[in-house]
Amino acid sequence: MTLLRHTSTDIKPRKALTVNAAKTCQPVGAMYAALGIHRCLPHSHGSQGCCSYHRSALTRHYKEPVMAATSSFTEGASVFGGQANLLKSIETIFDVYAPDIIAVHTTCLSETIGDDIPQIVSKATDKGFVPEGKLVIHCNTPSYIGSHVTGFSNMVMGMVKYLSQTTENTPGTFNVIPGWVEPSDMRELKRLMSVMDLKTILFPDTSDVMDTPLNGDREFYPEGGTTLEELKATGDSSATFALGSFASKAAADALTKKCNVPAEILDLPIGLRATDRFIDAVRTTAGIEVPNSLTRERGRLVDLMSDMHQYFHGKRVALVGDPDQLIALSEFCADLDMRPVYIVSGTPGKAFETKVLERLEERIPEVKIANGSNADMYLLHQWIKQEAVDLIIGNTYCKYISRDENIPMIRHGFPILDRVGHSLFPTVGYMGGMRLCEKILEAFLSKLDRESPDEKVELVM
Amino acid sequence: MTTTPPIPNSNSSDISLLEDRRGSVHETGEAPVDMRCGLASLAGAVSQRACVFCGSRVVLYPVADAVHIVHGPIGCAAYTWDIRGSLSSGPELHRLSFSTDLRERDVIYGGENKLKAALLELIDLHKPNAAFIYSTCIVGIIGDDVEAVCRSVSAETGIPVIPVHSEGFKGSKKDGYSAACNALMRLVGNGDTTGIPHLSINILGDFNLAGEIWMIKEYYRRMGIDVIATVTGDGRVADIQRCHGASLNVVQCSGSMIHLAKAMEEKYGIPFIRVSYFGIEDMSRALYDVAEHFEDASLNAKAATLIQEEVAVVMPHLRELREKLKGKRAAVYTGGAFKAFSLVRSLRLLGMKTVIAGSQTGNKADYQELAELCEPGTVLLDDTNPLELAKYMQEKDVDLFIGGVKERPIAYKLGVAFCDHNHERKIALAGFVGLLNFAKEVDASVNSPIWNLVPRRRKTEPTI
Ligand code: SF4
Repeated sequence: MTLLRHTSTDIKPRKALTVNAAKTCQPVGAMYAALGIHRCLPHSHGSQGCCSYHRSALTRHYKEPVMAATSSFTEGASVFGGQANLLKSIETIFDVYAPDIIAVHTTCLSETIGDDIPQIVSKATDKGFVPEGKLVIHCNTPSYIGSHVTGFSNMVMGMVKYLSQTTENTPGTFNVIPGWVEPSDMRELKRLMSVMDLKTILFPDTSDVMDTPLNGDREFYPEGGTTLEELKATGDSSATFALGSFASKAAADALTKKCNVPAEILDLPIGLRATDRFIDAVRTTAGIEVPNSLTRERGRLVDLMSDMHQYFHGKRVALVGDPDQLIALSEFCADLDMRPVYIVSGTPGKAFETKVLERLEERIPEVKIANGSNADMYLLHQWIKQEAVDLIIGNTYCKYISRDENIPMIRHGFPILDRVGHSLFPTVGYMGGMRLCEKILEAFLSKLDRESPDEKVELVM
Repeated sequence: MTTTPPIPNSNSSDISLLEDRRGSVHETGEAPVDMRCGLASLAGAVSQRACVFCGSRVVLYPVADAVHIVHGPIGCAAYTWDIRGSLSSGPELHRLSFSTDLRERDVIYGGENKLKAALLELIDLHKPNAAFIYSTCIVGIIGDDVEAVCRSVSAETGIPVIPVHSEGFKGSKKDGYSAACNALMRLVGNGDTTGIPHLSINILGDFNLAGEIWMIKEYYRRMGIDVIATVTGDGRVADIQRCHGASLNVVQCSGSMIHLAKAMEEKYGIPFIRVSYFGIEDMSRALYDVAEHFEDASLNAKAATLIQEEVAVVMPHLRELREKLKGKRAAVYTGGAFKAFSLVRSLRLLGMKTVIAGSQTGNKADYQELAELCEPGTVLLDDTNPLELAKYMQEKDVDLFIGGVKERPIAYKLGVAFCDHNHERKIALAGFVGLLNFAKEVDASVNSPIWNLVPRRRKTEPTI
C-alpha cells in the first residue's frame, strides 16, 4: 500500500515547508473551550471560512452540532477594520440566539488588522447591544503563534480574566482545569473528584455539550457546560488543579494572580503514575484520605499491567499529537515497558522536550523528539521508514502511515475523523489507563492473530 | 370520531424569523419568488457558508500530479487536508497537505522568502508537474508579492508555478471558484493538441468523488467520444494544458467551473453546455445534449442504447425501493443551487416529496427555477442557519435531510434521517447506477429502525 508513496526515506532538512502538519491553528481551540461554558455562543471574529472550518473540524471529531457565529469579514472590513462587523454581530447574536455569554476569539485576519476587541465590546455595551446580565468575553488567538492548544489555553485564561471573582465566601470548592481533553475525560475527572467527596468546579466542561443524548429535539444550548456562577466562583475556590501545562497553566496562573487561588500544575492524568500524582496532589491539598474504592480501581489497572506485561515488553511506539497528551503518554508507555522512540508534536514550546525526557527517566536513550515548526507527520513517517515501530498512537491522520507501513495504530488526540468512542470512553484516570491498555493489546494481538502462520496461531494468550 | 392533533409547535418552531432574514426565506405558492440572495451573510449569524479559499481549494485540489501549497498560518492547510474523497488513478500528491505555516515573524517581515524556500524544498522533494499556491486571508493583508515569487520559482524549476488569489475575505466561496478557474486558465493552452479528434470533450466541474468521473468518462467513451481532460477530478497537468484542443466543454455543477468554460469560449472559441449527472433524467440529458451538439444522428442512437441498457439494470431495483420510500418528506440543502435541482427531481422519481430546499450560494434565477420545480408549500432558504433549519425541519415534519457535514448531527438530533450528498460522500451518486446508490442510501437511513427508538419531535418548552 502506497498512499504515502511520495515519502522519501532520505531526510533532507526543511526550513520553510510543512508537510502533513501535526497541529492546527489557535481559533479552533478557543472555540472548543468556549463550548464548555453553559449557554455560551463562541464567536469567530474573521472571515466566514475560518468559522466554517472550525465548526466542521469539531463536528467531524465529536459528531455533534457545533454552534458558533462569525463576523463574516468582507473586503471592507480588511481595510477599515472589523469594528462594524463585531458590533453588528453582538447585536444579532443576543437578538437571535440569546446566549448568556458570547466568547469572542480572533483569527489571523483580525489579528493582523489589529482590531481592539475589548474596546469594540465596550462600544457595544454603550450602544445597548449587550442585554442586562449578559456578558461578552474574549481572547486573542493569532493563528501564527502557537497552535490549537494555545488557542484553547488562551480562551480558558480569558474565562479567568473576565469572570473569576473573589468574594467573602469560602465554599471549599476545588477548581479543575482539564485541558483539551474529550467530554468523556471531563466527565471522568468530575467522577474522580466526587468519589473523593470534593466539591469541584471543572472548567471548561464540554461533557453534556459535545456528547449529548438524542432526545428528538434540538437544544441550541445543551445542558452541560460550566455555568457563569461557577466560573465566577472559581476565584473563591481553595485551590486549582491544572492538568497539562500547555493547555491549563496559563489560566491557573492567572487565577492565582487575580484571586490568590493556589495552583498545582500537573500532567494530564493519563496512565498510572500521572494519575497517581493527580490523586495525590488532590489528597494532600484537600487533606483527605483516598477512598478505598479508588485504591481498588488503581489496583485493577496495576493488575492488568502485570498480567499482560510480556505483550508490552520492548514494543517500539511512535507518539504524535498534542504536548500535554504526549508527555503523559510517553511516561505511561515506558511504564508498560514499551519503547516510545519517536515523539512528534507540531505545537511549539521548549519545555516539551525537557518534560518528555524527564518523564522517560533515561529509559529510552534512542528516543527522537521533535516539536514546533517542521515537526510534522512527514518527518515522523521518514523516521518510521528508517526504522520501523510496532505501534503508532495519534490522530486519524496517522492512518496513512499505519496502512502504508502495516503498523497498528490507536487513535488518540484531535482530530479523530473516522472512529467513535473517544467522546464516550475516557483515557484519563485509572479507568482510562485500563482502556488504553486494552486498546494497545487489541492492536498487537489482533495483528498477531491475523499474521501468524497457521501452525503458530495460539488460542490462549 | 377522533382526529390526530396537529403537530405542536416545539422548541425551535417558536423562534420568529429574524427580521433581516425575511427576504431570504420563501414558501412557494404564497407569492412570486423574489429571493434575496447572493448577499454577504449577516454578521453574527451562525452561517453554514465557507470562504473564497475554501472554494478555490476544493475545486483545484484534485489535480493529482501538482503540489498544492497553502500560503498562510497552518489552519487553512490543516482543515483542508484530504477531506474530499477525490480519487486519483495515479499520483496521490493531492492528498498530502503542504503549508508555509506562517509564524509571527513572517507576518511582521513578510512571507515571501519563506514561500520561496518552501516551494523550492517542495518541488525538489516531489518533482511535481505544476504547483498551485493558495493565498489565505493574511497574505492579502501583509502584501506578499506572490506573483513575483511564482515567476522566479517557475524560472528556476521549469514547471508552472501558479498563484491562486483566494484570500478568504475577498468574497464568497463562489469567488473562490473563479479564482481557481483563473489559475487553471494559466495552464490551459500550453500543451500540444495534435491528435485530438473532432469527437472530443472536456469534463468540467466533476471532482471524481467515489470514482464518479470514471463512470461518466466510460459513458462518453461508449458513445465514441474522447475525453481530453477531466477538470479537475483525477486531473493531470498535461491534460489541462492541452484541453483547448477539445471540441466541447461539458460543465457540471454550474457554480464552480462555469467561469473556466466561459473563459475558454472567449479565448479559444470552445462552446460549452451545462449538465448534471445526478438522477436518470439529468444523466440522460447530459448524454443526449453532447450527441446533439455534434449533430450526429449515430451518436444520438448510441446514447439512446446506452441509456436503455443502463436504465434497464437499475429500474427494477428502483421500483422496489420506491415502494419503501413513497410519500417520505425530504429537506435539501446544498452548496450550489444546481445540485438542488437534480436532487428534487431524483427524490420525485423515488416517490418522495421535497418540502424544504435551499442552498448556500443560489441566485435569484436559481430560486425561481427551484420554486417551479417544487410543489407549493415548499420552503426555500438562502444561506440559512441551524436555527432556521431546525425550525422548518420540525414544522414540515421532515423524514430525510440531504446536506453536508455541519447539517448531519442537526438532523440526527431531531430524529431525522440523513444523506450526505456533499463532498464527504463515500459512494458514487452520479450516473445511472448513482441514482440506485442514492436510493439505497436514502432507504438505509430513512427506514432505519433507529428512528422508531428515538423520541421524535418531543413536545417541550423552548430552550432558548
Ligand atoms: S489559519 Fe487563519 S485564515 Fe486559516 S482557518 Fe486559521 S484563522 Fe482562519
